[in-house]
Amino acid sequence: MSGIIGKKVGMTSFFTEGGKNVACTVIQAGPCVVTQVKTLEKDGYQAVQLGFDDVKEKNVSKAMQGHFKKSGTSPKRKVLEFKGLEGEIKEGDVFNVTQFVEGDWVDVIGTSIGQGFQGVVKRHNFSGVGGATHGQHNRLRAPGSMGASSFPSRVWKGKRLAGRTGGDRVKVANLEVLKVFPDKNLIVVKGAVPGHKGSYVIVEK
Amino acid sequence: MEDLLKFATDQLVATKELPEFIAGDTITVHYKIKEGNKERTQQYQGVVIQRKGTGVTETFTVRKISNGVGVERIFPTLSPAIEKVAVDKKGKVRRARIYYIRKRSGKSARIKERVI
Repeated sequence: MSGIIGKKVGMTSFFTEGGKNVACTVIQAGPCVVTQVKTLEKDGYQAVQLGFDDVKEKNVSKAMQGHFKKSGTSPKRKVLEFKGLEGEIKEGDVFNVTQFVEGDWVDVIGTSIGQGFQGVVKRHNFSGVGGATHGQHNRLRAPGSMGASSFPSRVWKGKRLAGRTGGDRVKVANLEVLKVFPDKNLIVVKGAVPGHKGSYVIVEK
Repeated sequence: MEDLLKFATDQLVATKELPEFIAGDTITVHYKIKEGNKERTQQYQGVVIQRKGTGVTETFTVRKISNGVGVERIFPTLSPAIEKVAVDKKGKVRRARIYYIRKRSGKSARIKERVI
């Protein structure tokens, strides 16, 4: 497996040779630098910590300043751990978009756009109750019955109800890599990616 | 970030040289269609009703009367299927989108020529 941290730049589209319009997402990925290598002996598990997006030293907490100093890297805004990265990796190594090539299939992980408190129709695709006529009112987007009366006489745990929607970690699997621009650290994947413009995403292969 | 998006779009989409035309103009669009393995060019002549969008998503709508039935076709401006566009007549209209032409027929559907 190989992974990299990136930033969603935005969506665009282009025409294939057959004249089809294909929607795609542009991601600015890397360069990511290894800030720490966690080992079985020392940390109890194996992982590689990557840092992405340069930040001024004064905007980093003292604790993190020390952390970056230890690995000899410049301060980074986003620091994440990856498990299962291949090859011999040591602190200070740099990961680029060059690890991806056109035609690769990648998974992209991001935080979906928060939509606030939403009802069940939007949140769980309920269809609402009944029709708009025959004397019915204010039931159109209602959740309906919640369960039986004598048994269980309560609402089951996990019942889908209204609440905070979006803002979750979402993984979109198997997106095709359409183009890689190594000079600008850009990678173009087919289709949509969770999150708004400028949000951090993880691209995995 | 917008610059990066523009850079990627410019790399992905081939630019195209089309003659200038606006709503009210009569144009002929030569576009390629695929029949099995063969490719041939078809022509579509009509009045431009609107131009819409920017960049890759820019489109124009062409309306014509075919066998007494109004037909409207939307072409993406940058589509590689469009071989060329010929401007037959420049029309004089006061609007950027001449939807009113849909409700008209016969004499009232005529568009005056724009003399430059």
